[in-house]
Amino acid sequence: MRRSFSVLWLQSGGCGGCTMSLLNAESPDLLATLSGFGIHLLWHPSLSEASCSDVTTLLRRLCDGTEPLDALCVEGSLLRGPNGTGRFHMLGGTNRPMIDWVRELSGRARYTVAVGTCAAFGGITAAGNNPTDACGLQYDGAEPGGLLGADYRSGAGLPVINIAGCPTHPNWVTETLMTLALGEMDETALDALRRPRMYADHLVHHGCTRNEYYEFKASAEKPSDMGCMMEHLGCKGTQAHGDCNTRLWNGEGSCTRGGYACINCTAPNFEEPGHAFAVTPKIAGIPIGLPTDMPKAWFVTLASLSKAATPRRVKVNAVHERTMIPPTIHGLPED
Amino acid sequence: MTTLSLGPFNRVEGDLEVHLDVEDGRVAAARVNSPLFRGFEQILEGKAPTDAMVITPRICGICSVAQSMAAARALADAMGLDVPPNGELATNLILAAENVADHLSHFYLFFMPDFARDVYAGRGWHAPAAERFRALSGRATAEVIPARAAFLHLLGTLAGKWPHTLTLQPGGSSRAIETGERVRLLAIVAHFRRFLEERLFGDTLERIAALDSAAALDAWRDAASPFASDLRGFLHVADDLGLERLGRADDRFMSYGAYPCEGSPTFAQGVWIDGTRRVLDVDGIAEDLSHAWMAGPGEPLPPARGITQPDMDRADAYSWCKAPRLAGRTVEVGALARQLVDGHPLIVDLVRVSGGNVRNRVVARLLEIARTLMSMERWLRSLRAGEPYCVFGRMPADAEGAGLIEAARGSLGHWLRVHKGRISSYQIIAPTTWNFSPRDRGGTPGALEQALVGTPVDPLVDDPVSVQHIVRSFDPCMVCTVH
Repeated sequence: MRRSFSVLWLQSGGCGGCTMSLLNAESPDLLATLSGFGIHLLWHPSLSEASCSDVTTLLRRLCDGTEPLDALCVEGSLLRGPNGTGRFHMLGGTNRPMIDWVRELSGRARYTVAVGTCAAFGGITAAGNNPTDACGLQYDGAEPGGLLGADYRSGAGLPVINIAGCPTHPNWVTETLMTLALGEMDETALDALRRPRMYADHLVHHGCTRNEYYEFKASAEKPSDMGCMMEHLGCKGTQAHGDCNTRLWNGEGSCTRGGYACINCTAPNFEEPGHAFAVTPKIAGIPIGLPTDMPKAWFVTLASLSKAATPRRVKVNAVHERTMIPPTIHGLPED
Repeated sequence: MTTLSLGPFNRVEGDLEVHLDVEDGRVAAARVNSPLFRGFEQILEGKAPTDAMVITPRICGICSVAQSMAAARALADAMGLDVPPNGELATNLILAAENVADHLSHFYLFFMPDFARDVYAGRGWHAPAAERFRALSGRATAEVIPARAAFLHLLGTLAGKWPHTLTLQPGGSSRAIETGERVRLLAIVAHFRRFLEERLFGDTLERIAALDSAAALDAWRDAASPFASDLRGFLHVADDLGLERLGRADDRFMSYGAYPCEGSPTFAQGVWIDGTRRVLDVDGIAEDLSHAWMAGPGEPLPPARGITQPDMDRADAYSWCKAPRLAGRTVEVGALARQLVDGHPLIVDLVRVSGGNVRNRVVARLLEIARTLMSMERWLRSLRAGEPYCVFGRMPADAEGAGLIEAARGSLGHWLRVHKGRISSYQIIAPTTWNFSPRDRGGTPGALEQALVGTPVDPLVDDPVSVQHIVRSFDPCMVCTVH
């Protein structure tokens, strides 16, 4: 019997959607996964019985070291405003800013985990004029720093682990926690933005069902069209890090399969793309954001070639809601 | 008089703090604080109108689709779009799936675990209740989490994922459903129906939906053993603890109406005041800032002219939540209001006998699960092969729109103004903004604040459980409340 791995989960300037997504874990489901790896939730705001004074008592025991803490999971951005006071989120019943609780508890945790892009980089809460001075645990957008500072290391000597995503896929979270509980997490398992490489070394483009349209640059012109959404509809699947189209969401889903563009939600600053989300910015008709690792000259050359070679079936289906022309069947006897 | 400050409340969505003045063993006054502010209305200003479809669902991870739906309706209103029948059916299905999943999460994960608490160890029902509903370890908890996840496969197909989909469009849905997929979706619903009928209800959805009076509900409860199903178990607990005498506000209810089908809502729109249904005048909605940490005038503002400007120094303020009022008065929103306004005979009778209270709110939510799932089956069968799911239009450079919909927790409104092609104003009133509003300038407390007054509280006991039942009976969503 392995020893139990304790997790404290706190929510601040976010929507709770990463927790809601976590409940969608399947085969095995969330509770079976946690118990199978000896992961013990000391407290979770949506799932635990304890409320009010029981919680504040636990938090004090964790802060003074009476109770050890393996992993501190934080969901939601850290709100530093107004004027650095943190008063945009005072943890209920404690009259103390959540950022102060997080600073203190992160000093006790063996591992500190940012669940979701808000806690990792600031995320949607930091969009626009960032009214609450929101940031991530160890990043402010793409800049190292954030609430805990670039030099922060948890008890086990690791920086904050950034399970970025808006929301996170349930298995990104469970597999990270399992790896931690097994004692197998180290910096080589994290990419340059400290996202777990098990999902961040993939592109959303991998496994996209619109790949044939992409190959021929047969583009969707409006949402609901079946074609590739890169040229006109703002899709960043060829640049976004994530295994969304191979791992899939809620059974058979992903953003591109659901009829909409990838908005690169695992990346810092995704919330401020510098253009309307649903429109691809272009210079001289060429999208500014080209597929990752692809030289521009080759992209332009190949795109014009493949556009010229597009089969009629692909060209027609690309601008319709459903398949208008099915693929030809080979080997049928001649009429 | 003693004063209690309770928090952090969990098993609500987001963070919550409640202050109680206790006199002679009862709550004399309550003040509800929503302690988190994020500023979505400010974030939206200056954005392209369609960016609202990306930003607003991220207000809330549990009512994400509801936020998308309200934004889509507000944009459609500004653009003058009419959604085609398939688009209406598909978006109804997407919203209904979220609402049903939310009701289920509320009952099993948020509300029932309080009856497993040790404080009830002396009660005859405690052992079976604890075995079934104990947080994280109850048998029902272990069953419902995978059942909910399997049910949400509907949204993998219909909406790409949940939460935070972009399938919902002002003109319908961007994901057409192929004929073969429709059969798979029906299979998912059928599988979930079985879970509901075997575990939650212990009866068919049709018989639950046909219960038509308080007496019929009592007779149904007594027709099988107490824990033969989770609804029966709850009704026995509710009876023993007198939950129908707990948490009554002022019995004024509102619903914007839910799930339109070719011109008329599946659940009706209206208000319920003094025991009768009346027409809802949405022009009577205004938000009062007198007790919120918000700068602004003393006069309440209609949301189309509303402002959101934090001010920590406002005298008398004790919450980030504004105080919405309908014609100057508080209203309660949620499944109870929705089913009451729709005239469901069971809910009408329950409210006639005992008003809005902890038990009736929970019964209405479970009844709504049954009624909604039956509607979902009908909508799936009504999808028309080969017909469009979405229409498109242009946003005028200057326009206004409103999107009023029903989320799981009640009435959700978005009010949008576009100037020179950008969002110049975006105001949101969420269900829990109504239910957990602070006092207004006349000193009138919000629905929860009223519902807590008179609650028996032992001042020597930390965190009185009766208060927790009342708070959670509203199924609050605090992240939506302030947004």
